[in-house]
Amino acid sequence: MADTLANLHQFFELVRYPAGSALCLAGAILCVIGTIGVMRFPDFYTRMHAASITDTSGGTVILVGMALMAPDWAVVVKLGVIFWLMFLTSPTASHAVANAAHTGGLQPLIGRINSKRDDEEDAA
Amino acid sequence: MTAAALIAILLGMILLLIRTLLGPTLYDRVLAVNSFGTKTVLALGLLGFVMRRPEFLDIAILYAMINFVSTIAILKFFRYRSFQVPLVRRGGQGGKRNG
Repeated sequence: MADTLANLHQFFELVRYPAGSALCLAGAILCVIGTIGVMRFPDFYTRMHAASITDTSGGTVILVGMALMAPDWAVVVKLGVIFWLMFLTSPTASHAVANAAHTGGLQPLIGRINSKRDDEEDAA
Repeated sequence: MTAAALIAILLGMILLLIRTLLGPTLYDRVLAVNSFGTKTVLALGLLGFVMRRPEFLDIAILYAMINFVSTIAILKFFRYRSFQVPLVRRGGQGGKRNG
């Protein structure tokens, strides 16, 4: 039993740096995907959907990857504090921005992307 | 691979700066700045792990707190044009309205 535990510990020590690096890279790719969505989506509300990818999956995956690479437990606790802060503040900030935009009278784009030009042609 | 992740996040931060400068409305800019702050937290953590100094996470915690406060402060300022307005209704209790 103790032998098995020692083997598991040795395997974990061997595998944690490559696994942590791969998780960090995967989370960074998720962040880039969310940013490309923020750049290319046509509307504020759809851009908010793309930005939430960065806040939720990208951040969580990168933090888990960094926790796998952590040298001691204090670093893991700090990463947990960062995760807790992001877990609480990111949905609140998103709700505040969306509520402010809705209250300020920003209308979402409804229909297909190029349907606005059709409407203008119909009106003209 | 951690350095590659850091470079990818820096690329995303540059794209978000472009959205901040281009953004057609105020809310696009606020959203881009908020996302930029989240990416700053992640980039600081990754920078600490690339340089083998995880003490950078303390600065990342600080940025995670400042980011939320700055977003709410910007939104409040552009709603009321002042920082002096209280956001909580005085004497209010939960969802109950006291006139």
